Amino acid sequence: MEFQDYYELTQLYTEYALAIDSGNWDDWPEFFIDECIYRLQPRENYERGFPLATLAFESKAMLKDRVYGVRETLFHDPYYQRHVVSAPAVRKWQKDRIESEANYAVFRTKLSEPSIVYNVGRYIDVVVRTSEGLKFASRECIYDTEMIPNSIIYPI
Amino acid sequence: MSDEQHIFPEELTWERTDSSRIPFMVYTDEELHKKELERLFYRDHWNYVGLEAEIPNAGDFKRTVVGERSVIMVRDDDGSINVIENVCAHRGMRFCRARHGNRPDFICPYHQWSYSRKGDLQGVPFRRGVKRDGKVQGGMPKDFKPADHNLTKLKVATRGGVVFASFDHDVESLEDYIGPKILAYFDRIFDGRELTILGYNRQRIPGNWKLMQENIKDPYHPGLLHTWFVTFGLWRADNKSEMKIDDHGRHAAMISTRGAAGKAGEVTDVSSFKDGMTLHDPRLVDIVPEDWWGGPTAVMTTIFPNVILQQQVNSVSTRHIQPRGNGEFDFVWTHFGFADDSEEMTRRRLRQANLFGPAGFVSADDGEVIEFSQEGFDSNPSHRTLVELGGREVGDTDHMVTETLIRGMYRYWRKVMEA
Repeated sequence: MEFQDYYELTQLYTEYALAIDSGNWDDWPEFFIDECIYRLQPRENYERGFPLATLAFESKAMLKDRVYGVRETLFHDPYYQRHVVSAPAVRKWQKDRIESEANYAVFRTKLSEPSIVYNVGRYIDVVVRTSEGLKFASRECIYDTEMIPNSIIYPI
Repeated sequence: MSDEQHIFPEELTWERTDSSRIPFMVYTDEELHKKELERLFYRDHWNYVGLEAEIPNAGDFKRTVVGERSVIMVRDDDGSINVIENVCAHRGMRFCRARHGNRPDFICPYHQWSYSRKGDLQGVPFRRGVKRDGKVQGGMPKDFKPADHNLTKLKVATRGGVVFASFDHDVESLEDYIGPKILAYFDRIFDGRELTILGYNRQRIPGNWKLMQENIKDPYHPGLLHTWFVTFGLWRADNKSEMKIDDHGRHAAMISTRGAAGKAGEVTDVSSFKDGMTLHDPRLVDIVPEDWWGGPTAVMTTIFPNVILQQQVNSVSTRHIQPRGNGEFDFVWTHFGFADDSEEMTRRRLRQANLFGPAGFVSADDGEVIEFSQEGFDSNPSHRTLVELGGREVGDTDHMVTETLIRGMYRYWRKVMEA
């Protein structure tokens, strides 16, 4: 793998985290190709082979529907979120396709409240090269957090 | 000052003789919570503990909860199911730490007391002492009988693949407990078909456990709080619907048939209705009617005290309520399908699961409103809620513009708690 590819990959990871923590939800689907997979799944289901995910989307269009839900239809307490993501480990590298993974931790801060550890887990990704640079073909967020602190509204 | 208002009353007082105004204190008082655990969970009641499909083989077990007591549901050699309390008879340790697995027996690691799948005490290390220099040292007293020190065994009932347990061995039969009216809706889902487990979602909600029962006994909110329901016609006030309640008032079913989507009449004047909202990917509500529905597109059944049975179009689940003190509960969703589902139907159930659970399009906000209700209660327990929609009485209705099911639950609560 070329250094340039790895540099672009780390940029993708970092830009993704910054985007979903910014509150500009429309940026989120743009990290994905049209025919993509996004899954937020408890580690328990993942390891036991149960297919259920907390959220499971199968297209960029579904991600846009989620954005609409976050902004317009889901009543929730406002909060900030902050992702801290490790450097990605590359599991497989081809010219235009990378399989990689990284650890992540998300902190949640509600108004007038201290920050809490919100969701921790591992990204398992398939990244592909497009004319607009690297995009996710698949991003699975497999989380350790046994009990979700009430709800998850924003993208992980 | 004799008319001094107490924000933190010592006694629970109801504003009316009926159950239409519920004191905040029923959600905030620790002593009442303990009394609820004794009277509504541990005595006279059946509690949901799991599905048979979770433990298909002999020795399979699942650690689960009745009220706030940890129990183990285990498949015995003859295929029957035992439920035993996860507290060692010796030093009271909650010994089983795995949440699922398969074991020939259960051993408390502290002093290696071992128990069979029935919860019978089998082995006590050094029970007869240890021999040294020809002398027996220590050991249990001569009159120690292992049979007196089994794990606490619960009474177990299964129906249609669903497992219930009770610490009270004199509890009525599960069928009498649920009653014929609600049993019909129970059997509608669990008619003996083999179930397939699709997986779990777990959330911790900072509110009183009863609020989740009330949420699913409240047909008023879905068409107001949940934009998806009203906009896509999945659940809203102009749908054909029925509210059914058992004779005690403790269990209920909310039954609804999907009606018009889009704008129609005053039900879509509400601010949560989104005229012109369309999905970028309509597969999220790719609904295919199933024969077993028998008409209604959604039936939400509440079995008191600790489970909700969900059928919302093609998504089916059990939702297990696990209290943690008066101000918090864990909420565990088990999504399932049926063994004869096509691959396509399984995919559909999983896709529609996006609507439910801790991040779901129509469920994430239920946890939120429960949290904020509890905040209101905690700040002034002298006040009360108002559940007078549709009158102050309790009974079945052929519409959803009513809070009768919540009144029914509190009529029952008062009967049991004030006895």
